[in-house]
Amino acid sequence: MSLKLKALTKSIWVFHLAASPCNNCDIEILDALTPRFDLERFGIQLVGSIRHADAILVTGSMNRKSSGVLKRVIAQAPKPCFVIALGNCSCSTEMFGKSYNETRPLDEVVPVDAYIMGCPPKPEAMIQAVVALVQAKLAASKK
Amino acid sequence: MAKSRTIIPIGPYHPLQEEPEFFKLHVEGEKVVELEIEIGYNHRGIEKLAEGLSYDQIPFLVERICGICSSSHPFAGVMATEDVAGVEIPERAKYIRTFIGELERIHSHLLWLGLAGHFLGYNTVWMWAWKYREPVLDLFELLTGNRNHYGMMKPGGVRRDFADEDIAAVVRVLDSLVKPTVMFKNVALSDPVLQARTKNVGKLSKQDCIDLGALGPTARASGVDIDVRRDHPYAAYGKVKFNVIATANGDIFDKLVVRVLEILESIEICKQCCRKLLEVKDGIDANLTDIPPGEGIGVHEAPRGEVIHYTRSDGSNRPVRYKIRAPSYMNVPTNKRAVVGYTVSDAAITLAAIDPCYCCTERTVVVEASSGKPVMTGKDLLRLSREKTEKLMGKYTSRMDKLWI
Amino acid sequence: MADEVVQGLKTRFGAAIIEVYDKSPSRTYITVDPKGLPDVAEYLYKELGCRFSIATGMHMVGGMEILYHFALDKAHRFLNLRVILDPDKPSIESIAARIPATEWIEREMQELLGIEFRNHPDMRHLLLSDDWPTDNHPLRKDWKDWRGGDNGQK
Repeated sequence: MSLKLKALTKSIWVFHLAASPCNNCDIEILDALTPRFDLERFGIQLVGSIRHADAILVTGSMNRKSSGVLKRVIAQAPKPCFVIALGNCSCSTEMFGKSYNETRPLDEVVPVDAYIMGCPPKPEAMIQAVVALVQAKLAASKK
Repeated sequence: MAKSRTIIPIGPYHPLQEEPEFFKLHVEGEKVVELEIEIGYNHRGIEKLAEGLSYDQIPFLVERICGICSSSHPFAGVMATEDVAGVEIPERAKYIRTFIGELERIHSHLLWLGLAGHFLGYNTVWMWAWKYREPVLDLFELLTGNRNHYGMMKPGGVRRDFADEDIAAVVRVLDSLVKPTVMFKNVALSDPVLQARTKNVGKLSKQDCIDLGALGPTARASGVDIDVRRDHPYAAYGKVKFNVIATANGDIFDKLVVRVLEILESIEICKQCCRKLLEVKDGIDANLTDIPPGEGIGVHEAPRGEVIHYTRSDGSNRPVRYKIRAPSYMNVPTNKRAVVGYTVSDAAITLAAIDPCYCCTERTVVVEASSGKPVMTGKDLLRLSREKTEKLMGKYTSRMDKLWI
Repeated sequence: MADEVVQGLKTRFGAAIIEVYDKSPSRTYITVDPKGLPDVAEYLYKELGCRFSIATGMHMVGGMEILYHFALDKAHRFLNLRVILDPDKPSIESIAARIPATEWIEREMQELLGIEFRNHPDMRHLLLSDDWPTDNHPLRKDWKDWRGGDNGQK
């Protein structure tokens, strides 16, 4: 377990999952790849398949259509895999909590390892969160 | 109502695999013969939520319909509210609104340009377009406090004023965008591979656009000369000079050209607003306190086309009904006519050409027409698109993969 | 041009035009008999060259109202056709065959408000999931959240 976590600190592969977002968080994630922030110099890569993911960034609130599917999809990720609620919608449903389409925050559907607040959170916040999470897990596993 | 939202760039990620498809392409061999469209994934019931909020809270809710053109919904919404009340807002507020709307158009079109490049296999275009987008987001942060979701609109005016000292910085950034935009324009007009990928591909006829009520650059590229800024003047659009860009061929190349030229027009409008903001100082808020019973319509030309909001008031501070229609609601159905008859390797860029919700474009499945058996996913469509570009690059010398300033 | 448009409508459709409300030079609301709506809409679209922008369905005290918003771009004007239907069994002839741009919004109004659009070419759910309970229309004022509670608020 600790060997895997050590490996994680070298290169974190992140998978992005969009539930029902307004897409702002999603653009800011992509923005983190562009020259100003350049995620890849930290070894953080966005991957195309959940089976390669070390961390999953989830944007948008869960709703009637997506909750069940999301649970199944996250179950496919190889452990350890960190689930990160990105943006106010997945942390707390933002202002859509009363919707008739049954919106709910991510932690009512799956256990969440980190919350990145913001509407949208800035790319710097995302990078900091992913790195801090991995370091925290590493420190915890050493105890 | 969060229907087929506007755009979202996500990248080459696999969608929620078990979700029902958003776009289902039926193919016979290489050719697309049918397109099925299913929406509703991002449905959050915003119209119903709006009935529980007051008129001054609604701009914050509707802003979050779309992240890319996030001020377009509040813009139309506050105008609908003001239409009910029949109220005029101060001139300075009109210029600020116009400025924000146009700055947003610049960032949105640059975003689309990057995405289009990404879909075609030119990741350099993606990186460069988004690099030039960053200073625009910095301007938003300077003037409004946030890179996106700026919270600028309120019924009666705008929530924040611009300081004169900031205007000089703004004009400098706007001027610095002209050269890269002209560069994109020149590349588009001269690169043989880009032209081979986009000319006569994904054509939408003028009649198709009229039948389906298509809007924005999607319609203007097919020769449907409509633009809310000119046809139903609002804010300061009646007072600034600008050209409406319309072309005739209706293919993806035309949609690209319309958007790039619109960036240049928007830069000019923003600069005109900046000059006016140094002179016009009559206030930013009409201090609207009562919305009488009645109904109102607000329309705005968002980067993707006309946004329309309608509201019915009973004199209380909450709407009885609040209707929202984003432009992509009218544009997405045009894909049925644009994608059919072309090859599957052109599908990715055709679906993206209307500037739609990328997330929904991602949830794509390709099935064999006769058996209904799935043969490809959205990821495969992107891969095919890039492979086609590479093949063409072998045929022509492309300048796009070299540094082109 | 303003009066000509309304005059033309009254001359052409007579009693089907129930009421005209000119809120402003750019906003006119015309109440039309539901039976006459398809012909009036087609006239606006084909002969006046209006663009169909969207339609709004509203569950009001006086009945189920639909407003069809047409833009007469060259006259800087919105012409809105209003029909008032029976709120318990709202039903009207679909115009999707005449104006293809109305296809989606009629589907949406059916699922969210329960309005029947007779002879619609492809009536099925647009936004709500297919397993949404039948006869459950969230935008109606008498809609009860079947999960208990107020719109899902916990």
